[in-house]
Amino acid sequence: MICQECKQRPATMHFTKIINGEKTEIHLCEHCAQEHGNVFMFPENSGFSIHNLLSGLLNFESPIKETKPNTFQMELLQCERCNMTYHQFTKIGRFGCSHCYDAFAKQLQPILKRLHSGNTIHAGKIPKRIGGTIHVRKQIEQLKQKLQELIAREEFEKAAEVRDQIRSLEAQLSEHGEGE
Amino acid sequence: MSLEKFLNRAVSSWMSQEGPDSDIVLSSRIRLARNIVDYEFPTVFSNEEAQQIVRIFEQYFAKQSYRSLGRFELLKMNELQPIEKRVLVEKHLISPHLAEDCPFGACLLSENEEVSIMVNEEDHIRIQCLFPGFQLTEALEMANELDDWMEWHVNYAFDERRGYLTSCPTNVGTGLRASVMMHLPALILTQQMNRIIPAINQLGLVVRGTYGEGSEALGNIFQISNQITLGKSEEDIVEDLKSVVQQLIAQERMAREALVKTLNIQLEDRVFRSYGILANSRVIESKEAAQCLSDVRLGIDLGYIKNISRNILNELMILTQPGFLQQYAGGALRPNERDVLRAKLIRERLKMEEKKAMEGDGV
Repeated sequence: MICQECKQRPATMHFTKIINGEKTEIHLCEHCAQEHGNVFMFPENSGFSIHNLLSGLLNFESPIKETKPNTFQMELLQCERCNMTYHQFTKIGRFGCSHCYDAFAKQLQPILKRLHSGNTIHAGKIPKRIGGTIHVRKQIEQLKQKLQELIAREEFEKAAEVRDQIRSLEAQLSEHGEGE
Repeated sequence: MSLEKFLNRAVSSWMSQEGPDSDIVLSSRIRLARNIVDYEFPTVFSNEEAQQIVRIFEQYFAKQSYRSLGRFELLKMNELQPIEKRVLVEKHLISPHLAEDCPFGACLLSENEEVSIMVNEEDHIRIQCLFPGFQLTEALEMANELDDWMEWHVNYAFDERRGYLTSCPTNVGTGLRASVMMHLPALILTQQMNRIIPAINQLGLVVRGTYGEGSEALGNIFQISNQITLGKSEEDIVEDLKSVVQQLIAQERMAREALVKTLNIQLEDRVFRSYGILANSRVIESKEAAQCLSDVRLGIDLGYIKNISRNILNELMILTQPGFLQQYAGGALRPNERDVLRAKLIRERLKMEEKKAMEGDGV
């Protein structure tokens, strides 16, 4: 398609105007569109980002599923550490602090599912230093799985080894911190 | 400033070196988003908190060396000129957001410019590794090492269930965005890309043009990256992207072969016409330049054009951006002045290649 204005360059910007139900289509190249003063349409200047899309998604949350009193409660929902309200979050699409993840945990669950194709639980790297006990717990989990597999295959000698490994790791954990 | 001197300073390693499969994959990038525990996210943090974070970087990381990367330099956004910032954006070392909207933003840059760590952007820390060619695994390894180095000095905001906590829930979990820049002219010429993009999207990956969301890809260069950051390990995310990229490489190679077979002389004609435009034009817009550079690069890859180094596309695509041109000119330029300087820079750069080739022949 050729630009309507200069009739030289290919049209890369396609605008649709609807005024009183009457639809007009305009096809321009970048050069002419810029001269037309439609600069705001360019990705560079528009400021339209993932956050706009995201906040659309977030706002979509409440009205359908929730009944009125609940949406009212949601608007009052606030993170006690950074004072961000859930309402603010749905507008800007970004959290104020790490505690927001706890404060809005209930509302977050379906959002995370939608954003990460159904996933809500982290399965990646764990920080080396602060993640010490988490590492050990994950290791125990994996070993327990392995233990079940070995038992199912009746490889009892190997299973016993794995069981001992689990015991020593569990001992390590209880030394580290009681209760946790 | 002479062009050669300017180039020496302007070109970072990922633009000038070749990596695996670099006939199609121009660069591979890994980004990790991290936040420091007990500080509010940049969305709402106070100026004081922002400055404290910058101070942490000054104290522990600025002017430090890490392995083969050389010394790190901390560049503070409020101490840079607008053109300097723009150049960093055009080199993909910092984001437009950091350059424009983050008064307390900073960037910890390695000597070879393979690593750039953004401070106080959307998250407190964004580790970015940019490697030439198809080297996602290598870039991930490097990013992981740097991540451990950072964690030695700061406590990350991390939750056992949600992973690394990020300002935007689209990044939570691994905080990982892996992306590759690919030159896919044959898939465009054979009109296959329109069919391929939706298929890639269905796999949870995103396809974009070179600089952000615009659907049009300047110079047939596409950026492909993962969308999901939660519920998959870093290695799996990278492996999934890699397998799609490998398929795209194979498709592009097939399309190139088919083009050579069916349209040999027309393709050669197109390549040399584009070369003619680049070598002779006096005024050239960035879009036309990008298209011609893409053709010439394809011509080099297919052996029609000899004696020109392949990385000329990567290099000139970046160097003919407005910011670089203005840095080269040493001041602000109006759009039409840019088009003139762009044409001049490309002509001179091609002459340098010719000279190099002649010297090579003479010996």
